[in-house]
Amino acid sequence: MLIPHPILGLRDAQEFTYLGDAALIDRPDGLANPEAFHDYLYLRDNPAGIHRELWFHEQGDRSWIVVTRNTVTHEILGAVLAQDVARARGRSR
Amino acid sequence: MRFSALRVFREALTGHKGWTPTWRDPDPQPSYDIIIVGGGGHGLAAAYYLAKEFRRARIAVLERGWIGGGNVGRNTTIIRSNYLLDGNQPFYEFSMKLWEGLEQDFNYNAMVSQRGILNLFHTDAQRDAYTRRGNAMILHGADAELLDREQVRAMYPFLNFDHARFPIKGGLLQRRGGTARHDAVAWGYARGADEHGVDIIQNCAVTGFRIRNGRVLGVETTRGYIGALKVGIAVAGNSSTVMAMAGLRLPIESHVLQAFVTEGLKPVIDGVMTFGAGHFYVSQSDKGGLVFGGDIDGYNSYAQRGNLPVIEDVAEGGMALMPMIGRARLLRTWGGIMDMSMDGSPFIDRTPVEGLYFNGGWCYGGFKATPASGYCFAHLIARDEPHPTAVAYRLDRFRRGAMIDEKGQGAQPNLH
Repeated sequence: MLIPHPILGLRDAQEFTYLGDAALIDRPDGLANPEAFHDYLYLRDNPAGIHRELWFHEQGDRSWIVVTRNTVTHEILGAVLAQDVARARGRSR
Repeated sequence: MRFSALRVFREALTGHKGWTPTWRDPDPQPSYDIIIVGGGGHGLAAAYYLAKEFRRARIAVLERGWIGGGNVGRNTTIIRSNYLLDGNQPFYEFSMKLWEGLEQDFNYNAMVSQRGILNLFHTDAQRDAYTRRGNAMILHGADAELLDREQVRAMYPFLNFDHARFPIKGGLLQRRGGTARHDAVAWGYARGADEHGVDIIQNCAVTGFRIRNGRVLGVETTRGYIGALKVGIAVAGNSSTVMAMAGLRLPIESHVLQAFVTEGLKPVIDGVMTFGAGHFYVSQSDKGGLVFGGDIDGYNSYAQRGNLPVIEDVAEGGMALMPMIGRARLLRTWGGIMDMSMDGSPFIDRTPVEGLYFNGGWCYGGFKATPASGYCFAHLIARDEPHPTAVAYRLDRFRRGAMIDEKGQGAQPNLH
């Protein structure tokens, strides 16, 4: 698979490591809400079809990327920097 | 119809006119006592043991495609019980014991071959770890032998014993481990279940559950609504999508695992062997092909095919272990979809929906578990309590901090 890195262009997926569902960006406060933290840590939607997921460009510029990919065909539909996604969700740093 | 040597002989003399279809092809009835969703190894085994061991009931197995067309037909056929942890080893040893009596039990040749499985180690630390694992196996009633370098050399003289980085220092051998004919396992269970009155309904996809007041009433299918008192789900690979129809989210990601077979070669590997310094394992089929595999691809997938980097990685593992494998030509690669769970261990449990039972999360170890998985799932469905060897396989174990994490990787499914 080739991942369209937002800064570096098409890069081999081998340069990346995979974390999982992009919902992992939104980590709840585990002390305030243990049940929500359990769901965050252990439960996944795991859809057959369009999936937004976190990839880390470990052997490249070491940025986190949110890749939109079809899990049935492996077709990659887009990629954005994870920091842009996080900022759009109100995270400042 | 019972299979026997006498029967084969008689049929040979009478033009093979007496053979009948191995199972019926019935239309679904309006309702059943128990429906098993998923006509793979685990679902068919569950139906077989339900009908044979637990109670007489009206039972159906619903299969979206054809039976045995999923992971039971897409694996590397290895059977073993060489686990470490308390939650796992008694279950897999129970499975091993069922394998040992399986063919007599369901009167079908599943080609169970206890040719031994050898886990190689390459460092002193790894020898310690495998010694510990072997002791755990023996304490749970399984067999294990620690071999030194020369004993391994006597078995497999062609291995790369003096690899500069990963010299072979010995191996942990389970002689009772081995292989089985994967398709025949599904067929044998299907035939046995059918003989005990189970309706095996193929080309019948479940499209939804009918649930009222927290209780399952039946399933919607492409062949109409079918009522049921109890519904068991055994659809590993697709567990998340099926259980989502009942409103449940699972501690599972679906991943693709590739496997490989070479052209047919003369006999060279008479057992099963695993490389301890990378993820590579190999055995030789009765047709002569070297059957091998390695890591999952590592990203969510329902595609039943993988990508080239893992093929390269597996080939590198093979070359490091037995350089002569480089002369063999790869005949075929394929991929299966695994339920990768959050701790690398499976689930056989009730669900929050009354009457709905779940079997899944087998990661890439489902084939060897087939008999015990079916037996324990049948036990759970029939008696509403878990089988003693499967008590740890609960869906709520993460909430309780009772993970069964053989590799100690944490909640990262692609690392198990």
